[in-house]
Amino acid sequence: MKALRTAALVLVAVLVQGALPLTPRGAPGDFVLVAVVAAGLLHGRVAGLLTGTIAGLLQDALGGGMIGMSGLGKCAAGYLAGVVGTQFIVTQWMSRGFLFLGASVLNSACFMGLSMLLGLRRYDNLLLEAATQAVVNAAAGVLLFAVIEFMPTAREQWNVLLERRRKRRYH
Amino acid sequence: MARADAGRRARSLLVAVVLGHVLLISAQVATPAGPSVLRTTVVAVVTAFQEASWRAAGAVHSVWDGYAALRGVRDENLRLAEEVTRLRVQLQQVQANAAGADEMRALLGLRPHLQWQTTGADVVAGSLSPDFRAITIDKGVGDGVKPDMPVLNAAGVLGRVAQASARASTVQLIIDRSAAAAVRTSRTRTEGIALGNGDGLLRFEYLSATADLAEGDTVVTAGIDGVYPPDLAVGRIKRVERDGPAYRRVLIEPFADFSRLETVLVLLSPAAVPAEALAAPQGRAAR
Repeated sequence: MKALRTAALVLVAVLVQGALPLTPRGAPGDFVLVAVVAAGLLHGRVAGLLTGTIAGLLQDALGGGMIGMSGLGKCAAGYLAGVVGTQFIVTQWMSRGFLFLGASVLNSACFMGLSMLLGLRRYDNLLLEAATQAVVNAAAGVLLFAVIEFMPTAREQWNVLLERRRKRRYH
Repeated sequence: MARADAGRRARSLLVAVVLGHVLLISAQVATPAGPSVLRTTVVAVVTAFQEASWRAAGAVHSVWDGYAALRGVRDENLRLAEEVTRLRVQLQQVQANAAGADEMRALLGLRPHLQWQTTGADVVAGSLSPDFRAITIDKGVGDGVKPDMPVLNAAGVLGRVAQASARASTVQLIIDRSAAAAVRTSRTRTEGIALGNGDGLLRFEYLSATADLAEGDTVVTAGIDGVYPPDLAVGRIKRVERDGPAYRRVLIEPFADFSRLETVLVLLSPAAVPAEALAAPQGRAAR
């Protein structure tokens, strides 16, 4: 069930990322990375590592890039999120934001570093791009956890509402 | 104890996965051959889902666009009618010039220009990563699409087919950081390589120090890279920065609007200009 939920989260992230309107500068954030870090934080380092690997390979295979380039950064980010999630208490929005920020920087460092090392890409504003992506990813991550945490409460409230309606109908 | 074991196992797994990635990347660097089975299968499976989500997002956009567009429809109609008239006149002029050029080619014994075979395709997904500038189209090997075929729209060159599966293909846009195309300016025929800059512009590189370039010059494909046929519109020179006599930085603004891609055209043939076609034609050499 845990694996299924994580797979669904990654698939939704891939579909959302692909459905974003095209812009010449590219999407501001990487929602697939956000899903990977969330998986690591929720289910531990092995889950983060494997989710990052699969999600990264998926991105590479569909994006037309060299297979493994995105996977490397994402598996490291997923593992980092899992380690931090088990070693520290990461329940405040700010601490989560910092975790997403750090994971995003690690992912960018791996991808951009490897791209430049292999001579595949050249970056004019490397730091600015990595920082922008990190901030957007952190905001998306904090928002995702707010939604995840709100879901049980919303479900309970919905059930209470249904129960009240049922009672009103019978009385 | 068990916790320490679990930690050791996780670390070993991390090392194994990282090594696996490094080996995978190394293998591709050594042999940049055609698309792998893994890639082709993944593209085929995920494209169906992507198509559905792209259409759902497109429906939301079109509802809004439809509402917003109503406001300026009359003015736009008038403007378009004027543009159609102007383009018809231009078309007549171009047809007359083409006929003249064909006659001239026949007289000189040159190869006649082949008619391009194209297939239209719908865009079904955008980039899956902020680091890629790519689109997925709904035509694949089954429709005659192969890797390295040029992809265009009415404005000009969009990119090339990076990989093709049975019924979908990934197109690497020309503005992607790892994309490149041989280009030349229409005015002075200065050749160079256009490289994606990552911000929607192209860098014009590998230029001769004596090249004559100016802002506003039109850039077209040179037809020597084995991917794009010659004289396809690419863009216009936006900025020329010099460092003494040498060019420091030349930026090209593409004609195509990459934020509004819905339908594209894949050039099925002639896909590339063979090397022998670039050599001096026999008719001329004999003289």
